[in-house]
Amino acid sequence: MSDVLAITEHRRGELRDVSYELITAGRQLADELGGDLHLAVISGDVSGFADKLNREGVDTIHTVDEGEEFNHDVYTQVITQLYDELQPGALLMPNSVNGLDYAPAVANHLDLPLVTDAIDFSYNGTLEATREQYGSKVETTVEVDADHVALTIRPGEWPGAEETGDADVVSFEASIDESAVKSTVTGFEEVGGGDVDITDADILVSVGRGIKEEENIELVQELADALGATLSSSRPIVDNGWLPKNRQVGQSGKVVTPDVYIAIGISGAVQHVAGMKGSDTIIAINTDPNAPIFDIADYGIVDDLFDVVPALTEQFK
Amino acid sequence: MKVLVTVKEVAEVEDEFEIDGLKIDERYLEYDLNEWDDYAVEEGVQIAEANDDVEVVTVTIGPERSEETIRMALAKGADRAIRVWDDALDGADFVDVATKTDILAAVVEDEQPDLVLTGVQAGDDAFGATGVSLADAIGFEWAAVVNALDLDVDGGVAHLRRELEGGVEELTDVDLPAVLTIQTGINEPRYASLRGIRQAQSKEIAPKSFEDLGLDASVTESEITLTSMYEPESESDATIWEGSADETAGKLAEFLRDKGVGQA
Repeated sequence: MSDVLAITEHRRGELRDVSYELITAGRQLADELGGDLHLAVISGDVSGFADKLNREGVDTIHTVDEGEEFNHDVYTQVITQLYDELQPGALLMPNSVNGLDYAPAVANHLDLPLVTDAIDFSYNGTLEATREQYGSKVETTVEVDADHVALTIRPGEWPGAEETGDADVVSFEASIDESAVKSTVTGFEEVGGGDVDITDADILVSVGRGIKEEENIELVQELADALGATLSSSRPIVDNGWLPKNRQVGQSGKVVTPDVYIAIGISGAVQHVAGMKGSDTIIAINTDPNAPIFDIADYGIVDDLFDVVPALTEQFK
Repeated sequence: MKVLVTVKEVAEVEDEFEIDGLKIDERYLEYDLNEWDDYAVEEGVQIAEANDDVEVVTVTIGPERSEETIRMALAKGADRAIRVWDDALDGADFVDVATKTDILAAVVEDEQPDLVLTGVQAGDDAFGATGVSLADAIGFEWAAVVNALDLDVDGGVAHLRRELEGGVEELTDVDLPAVLTIQTGINEPRYASLRGIRQAQSKEIAPKSFEDLGLDASVTESEITLTSMYEPESESDATIWEGSADETAGKLAEFLRDKGVGQA
């Protein structure tokens, strides 16, 4: 019998979707291991969160009433203590920004083999996890030959658990060494206000790394103007300072759901796709026929954007 | 003050490639400085420029070939470099987080830095875990996915921002010494100047074996093994318009007009 302990995530009073996805993934793994699924919810309105997390498949929810928001020093201490008490076979955590701010420390502390960013897994005597490498160009499987493992799962890969459950909710009293808490969250800030709200746009023309040079963005701007569309971009364009942060679509930028999303020179990294996959119609223009953007596009053109974009603009002048 | 920056040479894969066993065939790979580490190097150099008596040292786990990449970091302003390699790592399909942590912890033990900067992740295996794992191993404080840093050296605090999902940033104060994992966009990495490239030729790249670091081959033992590598099956059901650029642009234009786009 081997249990699974999954660590849920919330921010500014809201449970994040990955928490419900962890229930689905955790239940799958617990079934394969033949054990129970335990959830932990740490900090904030833990009893309110526990009510919402009480979904089918969860056996026990451990509430840990420590502080209001995520603090990795507190999380690390709580999770290691809870792990020591439960001795689960697998520790599941989100491969989110906050997950990556504590999961590697917890794994090192507990001397657990760590596999991050799993998009699938199965257990058949040993755990086998599927990951992506080289910017999603290849998939790999890794085998973990150990009785205990730490695993972070990619958000969005498992459906969120929906049906109400009847889990036991128990309070876990962690013993926090305050002298070991050496980080303090002092606030949050929304970024990317500015001139345009890309989340309001019906048509987005979005530009990525394929544009090569800053001055070439003008080409895409001209197309956007001709179409009456709004210009947005993937992360590298913003990192280069070629467009302001408020134009960035993706996991760390804005989530957009326009009627039409035209992705130009965008390969379709998972972080970008997370921000635009809800668009009604997705059109991709890219020279690489294997670019992941074509996996989610409805229509595509495999050609050089420097030929296609001016020709398209010409059609609308 | 000493800033240690981890620098990884990563393979970039061409659009078309073939997989040979558990590796991508060497013909389709180009090696380069890991994108995230480029920003970490720049951050280290900027700290040295803004404060007195700061030494920036890079550390790389890599074979001799990686010295070309290390020279790039030196040309951008790092003072000296350490390159760790050992026969035990030759031919390894996969080096796990725990192994990297143990090796880097031994380097930290030698160098006693005040601050360690790493990229958030490596562009090849994308584990995103080494920095935070290292912090736990060496007893440093840490922060992951840092996209703004204001270092108060005298106060012993790093005021920083962490880039969360959805366009939200967390403002955090972290006690030094610390390991910070650096996100792209935190700065604008400089190009190596000709002068920098010349100077880099005379900077030290110290090779270190496991023995030099008080480690042995057992550090490479791992419970995690790579068992397969393959090209993901395309899930594409996209309609691809064929033809010359003018023809495909024409088809797309027609489609957009049918949707009412550009008719204002």
